Amino acid sequence: MNATVPLWVEAVVSVLLVASGIASLIAASGIIRLRGLFQRLHAPALAGSFGSWSVALATVAYFSALEGSPVLHALVIPLVLAVTMPFASVLLARAALFRKRQDGANMPPPLSRG
Amino acid sequence: MSPLLSIAVFATLLCYAIAMSLGVYRLLRGPGAEDRVLALDFLYLNGMLSLMLLGIRYASGMVFEAALLIALAACVSSAALAKFLLRGDVIE
Repeated sequence: MNATVPLWVEAVVSVLLVASGIASLIAASGIIRLRGLFQRLHAPALAGSFGSWSVALATVAYFSALEGSPVLHALVIPLVLAVTMPFASVLLARAALFRKRQDGANMPPPLSRG
Repeated sequence: MSPLLSIAVFATLLCYAIAMSLGVYRLLRGPGAEDRVLALDFLYLNGMLSLMLLGIRYASGMVFEAALLIALAACVSSAALAKFLLRGDVIE
């Protein structure tokens, strides 16, 4: 099994994996260093989009080279994340906006009257 | 598994571990409840990415379903916690 994956495929897989690790580190530093929840909400999107696409492409490349035929099912994961992560982020932002308004913070007013 | 890929997997796992430690810091010290939910979502994401990485490391195709389930559970848990923060209840 070890000799069946060519070296250039392993090089591509390594570059993609390390890129996703660096993206995850940047997202974590954003979670730590950005001020306020509404700025911090932006940070995990980097790990969710760039990081998950990199790991999924690395998985597709490695298993395709290992089995000799295209193995594409790992691409479902970044597609699922692309659907579900904005949904959760918007819900969380709405909850935070509602709670900060309840606390009397200086927040933008609601768009709909009534 | 060549030494190149082995070193790359180790370095990436180290990056994920540091990122998850920073996420745990935000989870414990977050000023508001929303910050903690955000940090929990980030931890879910990094756990899923580490699982896919270990799938490459051990050349196993079985982790795919688990990673997909973790991705869905992250969305559902974040939505449920946001609903709880918004309404004070999950299922009304």
